[in-house]
Amino acid sequence: MTQSPTLETTEGGRTAEAGAAPAGGAPVIRTQGLTKRFGGGQLAVDGLDLTVPRGSVFGFLGPNGSGKTTTIRMLMGLIAPTSGVATVLGESMPQATSLVLPRVGALIEGPALYGYLSGRDNLARFDAADPTADPRTRKARVGAALERVGLSAAAGKKARAYSLGMKQRLGLAAALLQPRELLVLDEPTNGLDPQGMREIRALVREVAAEGTTVFLSSHLLDEIEQVCTHAAVMSKGRLLVQGTVAELAARAQGRLVVRTPAVAKAAEVLREHGVTDVRPAEGRVDGALEAAGDELLPGLCAALVAAGVPVHGFGVERGTLEDAFVALTGEGFDVAG
Amino acid sequence: MSQVEAVGPSRPQTVAAGPRRGTPAGFLALFLSELGLTFRRMRTIALLGVLALVPILIGVVVKIETGDTNGRGGGPAFIAQVTQNGVFLAFTALVVSLPVFLPMTVGVVAGDSVAGEATSGTLRYLLVAPAGRTRLLAAKFAAAMAFCVAATLAVALSALLIGSILFPLGQVTLLSGDTISLGSALLRVVLICAVVALSLAGLVAIGLFVSTLTGSGIAAMATTVGLVIIVQVLDSFPQLHAVQPWLFTHHWLSFADLLRKPMYWDQVWQNLGLQALYVAVFGSAAWARFTSRDITA
Repeated sequence: MTQSPTLETTEGGRTAEAGAAPAGGAPVIRTQGLTKRFGGGQLAVDGLDLTVPRGSVFGFLGPNGSGKTTTIRMLMGLIAPTSGVATVLGESMPQATSLVLPRVGALIEGPALYGYLSGRDNLARFDAADPTADPRTRKARVGAALERVGLSAAAGKKARAYSLGMKQRLGLAAALLQPRELLVLDEPTNGLDPQGMREIRALVREVAAEGTTVFLSSHLLDEIEQVCTHAAVMSKGRLLVQGTVAELAARAQGRLVVRTPAVAKAAEVLREHGVTDVRPAEGRVDGALEAAGDELLPGLCAALVAAGVPVHGFGVERGTLEDAFVALTGEGFDVAG
Repeated sequence: MSQVEAVGPSRPQTVAAGPRRGTPAGFLALFLSELGLTFRRMRTIALLGVLALVPILIGVVVKIETGDTNGRGGGPAFIAQVTQNGVFLAFTALVVSLPVFLPMTVGVVAGDSVAGEATSGTLRYLLVAPAGRTRLLAAKFAAAMAFCVAATLAVALSALLIGSILFPLGQVTLLSGDTISLGSALLRVVLICAVVALSLAGLVAIGLFVSTLTGSGIAAMATTVGLVIIVQVLDSFPQLHAVQPWLFTHHWLSFADLLRKPMYWDQVWQNLGLQALYVAVFGSAAWARFTSRDITA
């Protein structure tokens, strides 16, 4: 998959044109100045300019309360924007819901099911709600969707007896009842055990490989890093940055890590050789390298050895999205106030 | 960093291309689904069961009471008739259920219709399916009306059954004194059931409107049932004489006019016209509210 070139930080959430579509043509989702102010005067989403390229797995990242779900609800036509425009699959929302939404599968803020219906009947119910779904093929499509999320064996059980993980899978199955152009998944791995998370991520990759654009919101950075090609970061209702995951992570400078039992000595040597922000820890020391850091590495290593530091490990750890996020916001990844 | 595999040429392209068209069968599917959802629910079955108990209770009480006095007991006109003919238990049971039991069950079903889906969160999934807000509201109204028919039939059929067991059957003497055959009496039961079920249409529309106002199913049910009680209390104050003809409960018992020969339709038409007015007003209000509302539940 060709990745888009540019990465621009948005100033006040206004100037983003990043993540332009690759070969796929028009973006699947595009918002311009999208704003939602709730009745209480609370500004949930503030001037959002988002572009989701066709064919991408787009990670929508931000702390809890940063406006992700409100944005998704506006994209799905559930709530009307206060101002601004949201375009999904080329049509403007919420006016074109009947045209757009049959081509979109969505999991919004966790699964919601009829506890007194079986898993299979829940899917039939949601399928019946779509006027473009053919009742004649319903049974087969429901069966295929259950098969796909691994729920065939439990399909006859009442949904109230399902575990959270099973409910999450059933919600995902509902999103996969039809071939979709866009899959919107809001925190799809919430409440799942590690095995369940892996399976969901594998499913997301599989769906993406079929050509479906996936819009995945999460507050888990490693989740975004594992499955996404593109990402956008929200904070307090504003878009901080969007681009490819590789570019975002590259913004975070790598850190030099030395593994050694002689922590104090190693830290001292590193400081003498121009390494800043040196942080000694249990059995390791790490520090920030300047831009030209890579050329310094052989000299640093030699200096450590010459100073008699027993070096067990020496290398640069690649920057993560988390580092990028901290660099962008200057804050940790906590719940927004 | 593991990124998504590139789309290989060997991968099957199963992605939908372009908009799909809705079909009439697909459009109707939600209405059928809504009916199934209503009548497969334990709560609905329980409500219908309670309604079916009302005539059994009346029948047994009347039987015990009149066993001693040999049919010379007083009481409402209908009750006296019951001992003469089991079919009259159906009319009696409907007269007793219509002011309280029937509207309570209808209030539960109509009040919970939209709000209950909001409470459970299924509303957002129906709307992104996309059910269409107007279509969903219409399906909810249709299902609630179907429940009105089922509720009325539960009372009437249970009454006919228990009436035929406890009391004699045969020619029916109407309120006007004329006598009609058992067959035409049963036809009148059917006609009156239809009128009673339609009498509840106004309440269904009110319940639906209340249901769009809140995200809490319980609150919507309580409000709707509470409204029924308040309106009936208002209907009993002589001072409110001027507004009473406009209360949706005011003409409910007019169906008794159909137990005469010839049938008096004036009050019945007034009742049905008033119900239609309530459906128009509160149906529009529900639609206006529901189609413009932010779904945050």
